[in-house]
Amino acid sequence: MSEARVAVRKTYKLFIGGKFPRSESGRSYIAQDANVALASRKDVRDAVVAARAAVKGWSGATAYNRGQILYRVAEMLEGRRDQFVGLGLSAGEVDEAIDRWVWYAGWSDKITQVYGGANPVAGPYFNLSAPEPTGVVGLAAPPSFLGLVSVIAPAIVTGNTAIVLAAKDAPLAAVTLAEVLATSDLPGGVVNILTGDPAETAPWLAAHMDVNAIDLTAVTDPALATSLEEAAAGNLKRVLRPPLTAPDWSADPGLTRMTAYLETKTVWHPKGI
Amino acid sequence: MALGSTRTLVRMTATTASDLSSVTSSDAALRAFLHGLPGVDQVGAEQRAAMLGTRSIKTTAKAWAIDLAIRMVDLTTLEGADTPGKVRALCAKARRPDPADPTCPPVAAICVYPAMVPVAVEALAGSGIHTASVATAFPSGQAPLEVKLADTRAAVAAGADEIDMVINRGAFLSGRYLEVFEEIAAVKQACGDAHLKVILETGELATYDNVRRASWIGMLAGGDFIKTSTGKVPVAATLPVTLVMLEAVRDFRDLTGRQVGVKPAGGIRTTKDAVKYLVLVNETAGDDWLDPDWFRFGASTLLNDLLMQRTKLTTGVYSGPDYFTLD
Repeated sequence: MSEARVAVRKTYKLFIGGKFPRSESGRSYIAQDANVALASRKDVRDAVVAARAAVKGWSGATAYNRGQILYRVAEMLEGRRDQFVGLGLSAGEVDEAIDRWVWYAGWSDKITQVYGGANPVAGPYFNLSAPEPTGVVGLAAPPSFLGLVSVIAPAIVTGNTAIVLAAKDAPLAAVTLAEVLATSDLPGGVVNILTGDPAETAPWLAAHMDVNAIDLTAVTDPALATSLEEAAAGNLKRVLRPPLTAPDWSADPGLTRMTAYLETKTVWHPKGI
Repeated sequence: MALGSTRTLVRMTATTASDLSSVTSSDAALRAFLHGLPGVDQVGAEQRAAMLGTRSIKTTAKAWAIDLAIRMVDLTTLEGADTPGKVRALCAKARRPDPADPTCPPVAAICVYPAMVPVAVEALAGSGIHTASVATAFPSGQAPLEVKLADTRAAVAAGADEIDMVINRGAFLSGRYLEVFEEIAAVKQACGDAHLKVILETGELATYDNVRRASWIGMLAGGDFIKTSTGKVPVAATLPVTLVMLEAVRDFRDLTGRQVGVKPAGGIRTTKDAVKYLVLVNETAGDDWLDPDWFRFGASTLLNDLLMQRTKLTTGVYSGPDYFTLD
């Protein structure tokens, strides 16, 4: 056996509908010393179609089932811990990200009790509110791995599907996370990850009429954020605006990132008739 | 051209139109004629269809193609659950496919079961949109000839100006070509002034050679259109099948001077598919056929995708299925 083995080098591709296609445009760029696919607007379009197709099955799955699948993702993350550390992340951050994922996974069958419930109304009605997923959510991901996990998990745990625009200069952890998701029983299309330049693709996502919410937390350019907000107004998307100060992803996340993508359905049920 | 041999078809079989009248004089003569048609090069046909499917149609050409494709749609509903209300809703959509955009052209026709024809005729009055009715015991065609003719007459009497008939595949596949021919001719007579579209149900014909033969029977018997499928069997319209049929109508016009239309139906769901068919029409039969009078799409879901793409081109923003009616 020869000593000089030629290593198999990985091509970092997109993650759309549970598959790993190259960019439709055929473009790639170099980031973190690797060749990474440079997504185009048509990849955004394809990702939205895949995400929309996945909404029915994912939002219709029981909360218990969604929680189990997300916990399975955490198991897979744990198994690939060394791989994430090999990408230059600190072991502490990877552990924190896995713990964050498990924390959100636990919320799948609890958020309804906390955020919904029976309402006392002045009339012979049993009045009940229940949170329901918004649908397709577009996420501009922050460069940190903990931040990436902290934007994806809360969006999908409640039954939404997501299109994630990975940070331009730190796409490798996002693609590796896609490999984890692809092997975790997560239905194809629930999470779609596009590497490339969000400044190029985000406007198409923000203006897309079939996207129901968009997260601009990681958009650092104020002019771009404003134009994305304006584009998102076209179909009254729910918008998570960029915070005034840089977000601290290691802080207690709270429930706001989950409740941002929930609609409240209230049912009036006559009683005593 | 991969299918150059088809150009020689005219020389090989019948050299003049008068010879054609004799080929339907007997079962033997018709069989000799149909089996004398050159065989279809299967690999060549599929390759050519695939190659033409790679043409890139963009910007203004795409906008033109989308509007043309919308004008070519036979908006179809052929369900057991069809109600007058659903047909009326479909007719409203046929008149104004995109209510938000008055520049969007209407479709070519509405295609329904005979029982729904009066509803469609009333709802489409004055719009110039044709009312097509399936007939002849659609989709199987397995009924006695008298029943098929009565079916056809009833649809025409109810106001349908286009009749989509199915050929007798049972007779065709067992080699009784003259029976198929005479049935189509009888239905054509029962149609009167109504246009006749002959559905070959290519998914059940097994080979491209059979598609070519069935196309010629349909044209010889007087069909105004030849149509691929009912949409009720798993294999519906494909590009290679449509290619073979387009060659047949081209050769038929070369020989007789009569132009016959082509209608692929079933399985065409996206704008990309529709544009591929338009390219195929232009490259095979020629631009004489790029007109709703000579080429139609039998479809229901295709229209929404065409409208979404049209909206993308006019607004610059991707649209979604929420903004267009189902059916």
